[in-house]
Amino acid sequence: MNTARTTSIHPWWQAMPMGAVFLLFFLIPLGLVLMVSFWNFNEYELLPDFTWRNYAAIFEGCTQLNEYGNWCVSLATYLSTLKFSLMVWAITLVLGFTVAYFLAFHVQSVSVQTLLFVLCTVPFWTSNVIRMISWVPLLGRNGFVNQSLQGLGLTQTPVEWLLFSDFSVVLAFVHLYTMFMTVPIFNSMMRIDRSLLEAANDAGASTWQTLWQVIVPLSRTGILIGSIFIITIVMGDFITVGVMGGQQIASVGKMIQVQTSYLQFPLAAANAVLLLLVVLMIIWGLTRIVDIRKEL
Amino acid sequence: MSAQFRSPRAPGFWPLAIVFALFVLFLYGPVATIFVLSFQGPEGGLTFPMRGTSLHWYRQLMQGLGVVDISAAFLRSLALGSVVMLLTVVMSVLAGLAFRKRLPGGNALFFISIASLIMPSIIVSLGIGLQFRLLDTGIKSVLEAWGMADWLEGYGTALGLYTSALGAHLTWTLPFGLLIMFAVFNRFNPVYEEAARDLGASPWQSFRHVVLPLIGPAVVGVGMFGFTLSWDEISRTSQAIGDVNTLPLELQGLTTTVTTPAIYALGTLTTVVSFAVMGLALGLRSWLSRLAKSQG
Repeated sequence: MNTARTTSIHPWWQAMPMGAVFLLFFLIPLGLVLMVSFWNFNEYELLPDFTWRNYAAIFEGCTQLNEYGNWCVSLATYLSTLKFSLMVWAITLVLGFTVAYFLAFHVQSVSVQTLLFVLCTVPFWTSNVIRMISWVPLLGRNGFVNQSLQGLGLTQTPVEWLLFSDFSVVLAFVHLYTMFMTVPIFNSMMRIDRSLLEAANDAGASTWQTLWQVIVPLSRTGILIGSIFIITIVMGDFITVGVMGGQQIASVGKMIQVQTSYLQFPLAAANAVLLLLVVLMIIWGLTRIVDIRKEL
Repeated sequence: MSAQFRSPRAPGFWPLAIVFALFVLFLYGPVATIFVLSFQGPEGGLTFPMRGTSLHWYRQLMQGLGVVDISAAFLRSLALGSVVMLLTVVMSVLAGLAFRKRLPGGNALFFISIASLIMPSIIVSLGIGLQFRLLDTGIKSVLEAWGMADWLEGYGTALGLYTSALGAHLTWTLPFGLLIMFAVFNRFNPVYEEAARDLGASPWQSFRHVVLPLIGPAVVGVGMFGFTLSWDEISRTSQAIGDVNTLPLELQGLTTTVTTPAIYALGTLTTVVSFAVMGLALGLRSWLSRLAKSQG
């Protein structure tokens, strides 16, 4: 009958609008980034070419330390971005896991659980920039923290490293993105069969042992998803580092942004390709760690 | 679960509860500070103490900050957010329906949308910016080749709010929409549809009168994601915007130039819009689920 034919043609048409958007605004742009990373350019225009010049330019002078004993700019920037990623990842993992653990296993009423969960996720739907600048009145030279410290006589002069520093960048990342860790871990924890916990308890496991040997392994999918989110966000970030670092701290994303603003698209594209490779390598590494644990 | 009999709190409840409470304070405290400080008196600064309360900074905001026309940017972002919301809802629901049937290439579409979700935004943004600039070059050379000098003179750029920026926003909102639709249809009981079909309903009738009322609350959720994510989007828009900026981009620019509480007033206003949309969505959701229940 007619229905058989319509069902065979419909799903394709139904998925097409979304597929077209991803093709036009995701796949083709990514292909162009890869292509242009091999192009040449002058001050006025991009010149189609196939050259490794842009990649070479990024690593220029990177074969040895410079006269001050520092890495070249690109390598230092990549390392600094990696450092931020690892720090934020470690903090959000511990914090996000703790929050998810509390919500999943210690809140007994379902409605309270839902309410507290929503409370944790609401800030996700508000502006990141506003959440960043909201630290200014607290951490600034004359901010709340410095006023309190001086009022208590703990310091004589304002503490300078609170704002526009590595500290404020990491703080803002944790503030903005812990939710990306909490939600997937919470989701994994809610799928854990509660009778497993009772069994562990009956078998004489302490709370700590149950946590380490039952809950953590069974939450690994959530931990993996959260980790991928956090690492890709921090690796590609240029806004948080810019605003919270007082535009003084470098990151790979910022490097790409600056090169774009000078219309050095092939350089920016080469950096974007490298960034993507680094991120993919990290994700690949993470999935291997989790898979290995699955084998054990 | 009864009130008279409460199971004793598991060990570790109170320390974890305190960590959770501090976490919620950490999430909301800073933002609450800037709400309060946005009502600074005219003499007041960026930090405490409050020097009186007034709407002074909101009036300043209405008059525009420097060269930036805030209300125009506000309306632009509102309009763009609405378009993104509409498209996200329509495309996600359609794709969600498509995935319920055998969909050739469905796996690829799913993985591409996940890739779009976790791809560092600066790469997507750079790619789209590049794409539209190359398009500009192409269009200009075509106009030149055809000798259409008037058109060539009048031609600016293909980059714009409803071209490149819209596409950039969709690469960010559609993955969320698709994942929500997956979650919904995974729990969806096809019996109702079969019943509707048996009773002679056309595919459109069964969708309109059976499926849509059942998935209504989730569709509202998709819409909320669509609007709020677009309303606050910066990183994907940053390199893919033409001559006029969205509100969050203006706000990000203002963080380095504006040193008065007017920026807190702007932050408060945009957050109020986000909260209003969330409230609206919540209200609509509960109204729809009550409607569905009373009909079912």
